[in-house]
Amino acid sequence: MREECDAMPKKVIQKFEVKFLEILGENGTCDENIKPQISSKVLLEMYKWMFLGRVFDNKMFSLQRQGKLGTFAQTKGHEAVQIGAAFALKKEDWLVPYFREQLITLIRDVPMENILMYYTGDERGQQYQKGWNVLPVCIPVATQLLHAVGMAWAFKLKKKKNVVLAFCGDGATSEGDFHEALNFASVFKVPVVFLCQNNQYAISVPLKKQTASETLAQKAIAYGMSSLKIDGNDIFAVYKGVKEAVELARKGKGPSFLECLTYRVTDHTTSDDASRYRPIKEVKIWEARDPILRLRKYLEKKKLWNKKKEGILYQDVQKKVNTAVKKAENVSAPSFEDMFRYTYKEMTAELKEELDYLKKVKNDEK
Amino acid sequence: MAKLSIVEAINLALRQEMKRDKSVLVLGEDVGVDGGVFRATEGLLKLFGKERVIDTPLSESGIIGTSIGLAIAGMKPVAEIQFDGFIYPGFDQLISHAARMRTRSRGAYSCPLVVRAPYAGGIKALEHHSESMEALYRHIPGLKVVIPSTPSDAKGLLISAIRDPDPVLFLEPKRLYRALREEVPEKEYLIPLGRSKIVQEGSDVTVVSYGASMHETKKALAELNEKFSIELIDVRTISPLDDETIITSVKKTGRCVIVHEGPRSCGLAAEIIARINEKALLSLKAPVVRVTGFDTVMPLAKLEWEYIPTVSRIKKAIFEVTAF
Ligand SMILES: Cc1ncc(C[n+]2csc(CCOP(=O)(O)OP(=O)(O)O)c2C)c(N)n1
Repeated sequence: MREECDAMPKKVIQKFEVKFLEILGENGTCDENIKPQISSKVLLEMYKWMFLGRVFDNKMFSLQRQGKLGTFAQTKGHEAVQIGAAFALKKEDWLVPYFREQLITLIRDVPMENILMYYTGDERGQQYQKGWNVLPVCIPVATQLLHAVGMAWAFKLKKKKNVVLAFCGDGATSEGDFHEALNFASVFKVPVVFLCQNNQYAISVPLKKQTASETLAQKAIAYGMSSLKIDGNDIFAVYKGVKEAVELARKGKGPSFLECLTYRVTDHTTSDDASRYRPIKEVKIWEARDPILRLRKYLEKKKLWNKKKEGILYQDVQKKVNTAVKKAENVSAPSFEDMFRYTYKEMTAELKEELDYLKKVKNDEK
Repeated sequence: MAKLSIVEAINLALRQEMKRDKSVLVLGEDVGVDGGVFRATEGLLKLFGKERVIDTPLSESGIIGTSIGLAIAGMKPVAEIQFDGFIYPGFDQLISHAARMRTRSRGAYSCPLVVRAPYAGGIKALEHHSESMEALYRHIPGLKVVIPSTPSDAKGLLISAIRDPDPVLFLEPKRLYRALREEVPEKEYLIPLGRSKIVQEGSDVTVVSYGASMHETKKALAELNEKFSIELIDVRTISPLDDETIITSVKKTGRCVIVHEGPRSCGLAAEIIARINEKALLSLKAPVVRVTGFDTVMPLAKLEWEYIPTVSRIKKAIFEVTAF
């Protein structure tokens, strides 16, 4: 906050506030009056997706440690954000992820084996199909946000009702592209919702070193955008917050920014070692606030869930995950020709020449 | 003398320069508490404190842009960009300002800064973590570009880069970071920028390479040294380019193979061939052959070794020029 340097009276011409949305308490209690309208059936579906996401993530981690998978960023701990958001969207809405959203892309019908292939370095895993409505993994931080704005802009120009949901991390809010995206979105009033997974770290850099702002939500206010901070481990709050924002966007009322507060309980990626820069005590505190556990406690209180059901679900999900792992493992290796195929729609003469050269090299090596 | 890896040699150079000159700062993403994702800045925070070893917000334009200001105002920033593929948000600052400040101010201001970044493939990394885009930077007038391939060169070149009066991009071959060790003198020494090194003398053919590809090139030569007398040149600094060493060698051998991992078209090899044509054409006994990456997007892990110049491709080229 700005320190006042003299006593000269100044008029207040603008005032801002940042609101925080929380619904489901840590021990699974909640005020049913403010809980979003979600049927028991859908609630259970949400829970199952979160659970699947966790099992799949654990599996990916163990495959990585066995050397069967390359580096990847775990989704663990981000399940309420991703599933809450996914259920607030319509099928025709678009998703623009960064690189920590395996779970939400699964809901978009991206098969698990594709994700596994991609993270073994087989790019055929990114062969996107019509109707998935999701852009590929985006690694350069914050750059994807502008694409989301452009897509939303196109939907507006074409008078379509699709909304675009774009993800970013807390670290991303420091990049220029983040600010340019928010500004364009507001200036052109396009149907985009920015969802920031504030997991409090950008690799080793904690949020307080990333920004001097008290919240990330307030950054959006500067762009004239509706903005909200949400308990990101609370699936009801995420669902409600995203639903409201998406509906505003769909009605032509402009973009929103949602800061979902959560915690990266894992290393940044499988190449990172978080014990170098943060105390395990802090991690333990957040592990206890696990978003899946929280929903489970609620479901148990409502007699919708029990140990037995959990056991059956675990078996079922394990089976699905293992089938996907087998499928991915049985895929034959990609051919070197694959490297030349997608540079342009039509392979250029010079690329053909390079490919012919490589074919000859491979042939001679035989 | 200690046997050091490239990462350790870089770390040692940074330590020594920071100790020698209080205006030297290290800044970048995760360079402080974490010691850098490759650990190149490990231990510096403890030695020099958080005013000189700075974990910045996640912003390459911020890192390079403020480094320019720091440099103009008398500091010596050594910025780390986590991977060369993430320089681009700061590319505008590099090309439009760092490299032009001296020209724009008619020599009144300068930008003695260093941007360090790991480059090239071969570590099974994610997208944007494996490219060799050095030719882009070679195109920037006012920027120097250094690419070491050994631990002792890395140390001596980095010290020269830090003391250089102009902006220097220092690209570090990441797959070699820990792949080799050699004796690196503890005492201070400088390797001048703009001088290439004759790694091995020979008279049948000149092989020119630098950075990441030096490793495969050396392996290829080890398999051919009995057959041919090969002169091997490590370019070390691609801007400015020491063509004198290359030309002298080609005049002697009459044959030349150039190896680099960056894309083929308008790559460094193209420039070296042009200079050979200008200065040694009549000495050539065979067309010069280049072994390079392709004009495709750098593939991910499963295909990266189809892209990277391999020992077999390098050997094939040497056979080709010698058999001509
Ligand atoms: C432009 C750019 N700079 C640097 C990196 C290297 N990098 C990858 S992830 C990351 C931190 C991202 O943090 P945040 O945005 O908070 O997302 P999180 O990974 O925590 O979900 C960094 C610095 C990158 N991928 N892109």
